[in-house]
Amino acid sequence: MSIEKMILAVITTNPKKAPSGLAVFHCDTQEEMYKIGGNLEAILDGIAHSISDEIMIIVKH
Amino acid sequence: MSDYVYPILFGIVCGVISRMLMLRTDYRQYPTYLHGKIIHIALGFIASALGAIAVPALIQEEYTAITFLTVAASQFREVRNMERNTLAQLDQYELVSRGNTYIEGIAIAFESRNYLVIFTSMLTTLAYVLFHIIVGIIVAIGCMFLSKLLMGGGKLKDIVDIEYVEPHFKKEGLYVDNIYIMNIGLPQRQEEVLKYGMGFILKPKNFNSRSTIANLGQRQAILHDIHTALGVYRDSGTPALVPLAKRDLDDGRVGVFVLPQEKNIEKAIDIIGNTPTLENAIRMPTKRKKHEGGNIS
Repeated sequence: MSIEKMILAVITTNPKKAPSGLAVFHCDTQEEMYKIGGNLEAILDGIAHSISDEIMIIVKH
Repeated sequence: MSDYVYPILFGIVCGVISRMLMLRTDYRQYPTYLHGKIIHIALGFIASALGAIAVPALIQEEYTAITFLTVAASQFREVRNMERNTLAQLDQYELVSRGNTYIEGIAIAFESRNYLVIFTSMLTTLAYVLFHIIVGIIVAIGCMFLSKLLMGGGKLKDIVDIEYVEPHFKKEGLYVDNIYIMNIGLPQRQEEVLKYGMGFILKPKNFNSRSTIANLGQRQAILHDIHTALGVYRDSGTPALVPLAKRDLDDGRVGVFVLPQEKNIEKAIDIIGNTPTLENAIRMPTKRKKHEGGNIS
């Protein structure tokens, strides 16, 4: 069985809530989070999903 | 020269003509180019030759000639494989894929069209041999009309009502009406989606159609058809811009979210309505009542 979806990276403004074991990008502001999210989306060919106001994940579908 | 040369030639010509009539290139763009068409006309020629020759052979009491038709059957099964393989290979490079159900439907259509060609040439040759060329022509026209009718298939507008709905966001969730489509995190993508996106609600007309449009292959076929006709606002490397169709679990409605290059509501509704109902997707749960009482035959 192949893996269909996978979290490639996490971007957060609250490091305490970010999961471990993944590439986590710490940001100071939400704008910075969106900017990094946009870049990672293009580079990793994944979709930036918002889990909460503080955490975004890049998922490969 | 044998008495059967003209009837055979007549049958072959009628068969090839009927194949050409069934070979149409429309906005779904298949088969597109001359080479693809030549393959199918050539196979149509073989089919019609087999059908036409079978009649005089049987009249001459050469009953083993019927085994010819088994050769035809295996030949046309091969046509189905060929179509399936080609389209499946091409599908990997489509921005909005056809999906396996649609591909299988097309492949089945190509195989069955060849059988219709065999029947056309067989019946026209028979009519010519037994009666007259005029009767043959009448039979040929009748067969072609019948083939056209049989190949038509159902359209989506027969089983659903289509309504345009502007897609909207509730926080990061994209919705078409009350149907959740996907989560888009970046505000920039959300703006693009609202600018280019269109939403449609497909409301099933009855219980059978509810199951048919729930089929994932049928939904993918709808998305593919819209984007072939109206273009698509996406590229490789923009996975967030993806057309999707999701289902309302409560009442079986399907919310279709698309990103066409040309935002024309009427045209899009027309195209969705003209999407074929794939025979592999058709379900008829209400027909089950007939078999109640344990008699399944």
